[in-house]
Amino acid sequence: MMLRRTLIYALLALFALYFALPLGFMLMNSLKSAAELREGAFLAWPRAPELSAWRAAWDALGGSFLNSLLLAVPVVTLSSLLAALNGFILCKLRFRGSEWVFIGLLVALFLPIKVYLLPLAISLAKLGLSKSLGVLIAIHVIYSLPLALFFRNHYLGFPDELLRAARMDGAGFWALFLRIVLPLSKPVFVVVVILQFTTIWNEYLFGLVFTEAESRPITAALAQLGATGEGGVRDYNVEMAAALLAALPTLAVYLIAGKHFTRGLVAGAVKG
Amino acid sequence: MTTTTSAALASPRWQRYRERPELLLLPSLALGLIFFYGFMLWTGWLSLTRSSLLPSDEFVGLLQYQRLFADERWLQALANLARFAGLFIAIPLALGLGLAILLDQKIRGEGGLRLIYLHPMALSLIVTGTVWRWLLDPELGLAQGLRQLGFAGFRLDWLADEEMALYTLVIAAVWQITGFVMAVFLAGLRAVDDAVLQAARLDGASGFTLYRRIVLPTLGPSLFSALLVLLPAAIKSFDLVVALTDGGPGQASELPALYMFQMAFERSRLGLGAASAMVMLMMVLSIALPYAYARARRGAAA
Repeated sequence: MMLRRTLIYALLALFALYFALPLGFMLMNSLKSAAELREGAFLAWPRAPELSAWRAAWDALGGSFLNSLLLAVPVVTLSSLLAALNGFILCKLRFRGSEWVFIGLLVALFLPIKVYLLPLAISLAKLGLSKSLGVLIAIHVIYSLPLALFFRNHYLGFPDELLRAARMDGAGFWALFLRIVLPLSKPVFVVVVILQFTTIWNEYLFGLVFTEAESRPITAALAQLGATGEGGVRDYNVEMAAALLAALPTLAVYLIAGKHFTRGLVAGAVKG
Repeated sequence: MTTTTSAALASPRWQRYRERPELLLLPSLALGLIFFYGFMLWTGWLSLTRSSLLPSDEFVGLLQYQRLFADERWLQALANLARFAGLFIAIPLALGLGLAILLDQKIRGEGGLRLIYLHPMALSLIVTGTVWRWLLDPELGLAQGLRQLGFAGFRLDWLADEEMALYTLVIAAVWQITGFVMAVFLAGLRAVDDAVLQAARLDGASGFTLYRRIVLPTLGPSLFSALLVLLPAAIKSFDLVVALTDGGPGQASELPALYMFQMAFERSRLGLGAASAMVMLMMVLSIALPYAYARARRGAAA
């Protein structure tokens, strides 16, 4: 019995090491100097930890880090509020074809971006809209419409009596939504906001296609850094610092709200 | 649109309200219809035209699809996808289930371990690809570390090896997604009724038998959820390929999504790109449509 427990713990620890390795490795190498890179002990702790690679990474990606913030905050705010409203309407009103709306949203959740990327690019060019953060924000908000499903599922559990009572008191739709429904939606909001922030911050393809050099989000900028670094000096200390920089915000969210994150992922998978 | 409010809200008073909440849904509905489904049809139309550098309206039937399936590169991308998807699904399922069962043994420090196993899900696949590109670097990377530890002849040059490059994608993707699969299975394990377990124990079932006979058969829904995420994710894989191998060496690790992007946006072959997007769409729909239909029917029955 004792042996069995030891074995279990050993296995679990081994996998913990495996999963934690890349992160530790990024951190280690991001603290090395250029000189230490040339000596090339890839897996060794930095002998004299310094922040020069971080400074270089910020010089290269600082602007795009801010772009990603300017992108993620409005997108998350707008798309989750819109999703709450749409989710409530979808859930509490039955109109002809409402099940088609449900199916449409559910299937939309699966569609590959590649299926609408070309028409999107063509229409933007035809409309004369230049590539910018504003356009990217609008695109992300539109393609986040299926988030409404999260709220719809939550509202399905709402007791109808509550809403009826509020209506008896003369509350109109907006009063009902703003004073009763939204305050009771906090648990879903937490999950949706975390999930959506992670998704938008980490998104790459839209960010690549619908921005220009000055409006690049950090994922696109990081991919570019990796691509250009290939031929010449292989400054992997800078690249590791850059990768960690790109990972920090979502990692921080994960550490602070890990429980909700997991719940959201699992619920997202189960409930669609 | 004719509307009737649900039973809960159907009352004469409600009808008197000036607000028509369902109208609020219309802008979203219109946008969703255009941007998801309208654009989907548009891509379908593009795939039937002679569009190359610029979109064209010249209908050419299935010509682009004939070209697509005559293209060695596309066929290799499909073959690569089959190899990649098989492993990308099988390994996380096995590993995730194993870890979930181990974690379910009243482990001290379970919270911390879960945090470590699952954290890759918080990262962008671009970050994951960037890190693994260095970890798997033939000269630097893990290979060098092991050589310095005394395994002088150790080589790990999969990134440069046409046969093996695809498996670097599997390594990184498995690292990213396994924690998630574990979380899904763990949630399933925790949902098993304690009374059922107690009864089984009284009947003398324990350890392995208990799992095989009682617990695992209840994990069907968890398996289904995991597959529902893994399958489409495999078909859509793009970011990781871009950041880790860029489809190389040569086209050895190219997947359909990368092919589509390069044809449509770099090689100016819009029609061909659109055709490949439509093939990917068919693959995803073959999973999504039955699922959505079943969900909707269940919803109607409830």
